[in-house]
Amino acid sequence: MIRVSNVSKNFGEFAALRDVSVDIPSGSLTALLGPSGGGKSTLLRIIAGLEDPDTGTVEIEGEDSTHLSPQHRGVGFVFQHYAAFKHMTVFGNVAFGLEIRKRPKAEITARVQELLELVHLEQFAHRYPAQLSGGQRQRMALARALAVEPKVLLLDEPFGALDAQVRKELRAWLRRLHDEVHVTTVFVTHDQEEAMEVADEIVVMAGGEVQQVGSPDDLYERPASDFVMGFLGPTTRVGGELVRPHDVELLSHPEAGTLPATVQRVVRLGFEVRVDLLVGGEPTWAQITREQARRLGTVPGDTVHLRAAAVAHRIAV
Amino acid sequence: MTRYALRSIALVYLLFLLVLPVGLICWTTFADGIGPVVDALTTPSALHAFAVTAQVAVLSVVANTLFGVGAALLLVRHSFPGKRVLNMLVDLPIAVSPVVVGLALILVYGRFAPFGGWLADRGIDVIFSLPGMVLATVFVSLPLVVRAVTPVLEEIGTEQEQAARTLGAGPWQTFRRITLPAVRWALAYGMVLALARSLGEYGAVAVVSGRIKDQTQTLTLFVEERFQNFDQQSAYAAAFAMAAIAILTLLVTTLLRPREDAR
Repeated sequence: MIRVSNVSKNFGEFAALRDVSVDIPSGSLTALLGPSGGGKSTLLRIIAGLEDPDTGTVEIEGEDSTHLSPQHRGVGFVFQHYAAFKHMTVFGNVAFGLEIRKRPKAEITARVQELLELVHLEQFAHRYPAQLSGGQRQRMALARALAVEPKVLLLDEPFGALDAQVRKELRAWLRRLHDEVHVTTVFVTHDQEEAMEVADEIVVMAGGEVQQVGSPDDLYERPASDFVMGFLGPTTRVGGELVRPHDVELLSHPEAGTLPATVQRVVRLGFEVRVDLLVGGEPTWAQITREQARRLGTVPGDTVHLRAAAVAHRIAV
Repeated sequence: MTRYALRSIALVYLLFLLVLPVGLICWTTFADGIGPVVDALTTPSALHAFAVTAQVAVLSVVANTLFGVGAALLLVRHSFPGKRVLNMLVDLPIAVSPVVVGLALILVYGRFAPFGGWLADRGIDVIFSLPGMVLATVFVSLPLVVRAVTPVLEEIGTEQEQAARTLGAGPWQTFRRITLPAVRWALAYGMVLALARSLGEYGAVAVVSGRIKDQTQTLTLFVEERFQNFDQQSAYAAAFAMAAIAILTLLVTTLLRPREDAR
């Protein structure tokens, strides 16, 4: 387990972390999710020992690591921009940590071979980083970090510098890799979709504080605040409450608890239909299925009646 | 039209300033064939001047390499009070005339100065001997390695070093295996520039060496002394040798530069 207790960190006047405490269970794949400047990268770097906290402690697998240099923490760190050793081959990069540990040559060769197979780079062992694509460099960086069998693997926006297609592939691949290797993994992202797709657990951070911790479903279904709700998915307003747009019911006749609304626009986006509305002069919107839209048969200018579905999670604003 | 005019002006300017004098040195040197040149360059005084120059240049390049890498690391990787002053001091040798450097060194290390006297009592002569000449040469070529390495250090950033740290490397291992290889071409470029500057230094060395023939005479001083004594053949031969060495180092730097870009 990684236990972060009461950690604060200031950069000059800027408070990057304010009294942050969070537990990350062993063997989990956890996302630190939040907007940029929210403190998530700083927290990751403090866990790695690349930054020192002003106050508070960091414990890794039961050992107080607060004052341990990164060299002795047993962490693997993957940087957004790969931090590839440009003057070494792929083999040299992955072997680096093992050579520093003065492992026998035969063992290093075997282990590097094994890791390159794991990240599908076995035929690139003798290339230099400059001859690899971004996705390949990041997989090399991952193999390099895994080579030293770290207690925890830390990834700082690992897919942030890659294009959309490669990013999607690597996400799925990271998930599968974690299912194989089981090392406690923490990754930083500002992309809620990435966090929801890959992580077992998400720590939402903003303004240097932890906003909420939970499984992706938990956070989506039961957000603790309007911020978390808004950050994890689309929201819309119904009568002073924030709900998910797919939790809005549109009816052709008034019923208990409905509000009258004027249809402004109906946009078909494949399977779903987005309806822009005016409720008492305030703009809002709802997301319904094609089937519902067909039954409602609404066109701009019509009056419809809306309410939040009974199952909807609502947050008063 | 203007383009051709500008080109011709540049060419004529360089012709009179550079090509003609250097060319004439070659011409004059080899006016009587290669024999007299070889003779002039193999006299005991000339050979001694070569040896002194080599010693001074090598020692000062070593000193400037150590200082240059250290100062560049300090300036790029650390912030500390007085950083701007250090940054300014590094460039000082470019602004100060070498003659002033020589006189200043005499003021500190001369036999009749407090520190110089203290050293002399312990048998260490700085002025009018090799240590003073090395000091003077180190001073005038001080910025070259620092200024060559600094931009590359800035460009490579700290992430590779941090990655090495998380992989278990200590500070020294990180420097030797990550930082140094990353700046190696820039460092080599700076060292070659420093070497060229050290070989050609005249003013500061002239002041602190005392120009003692067959003792503290470097090649530049040898050329000047031969010229004053109407031994033009030796003066031109040595001057030609220096020009050849300079062109050689320039060739090496142009070879190094593209490699640095492609790094």
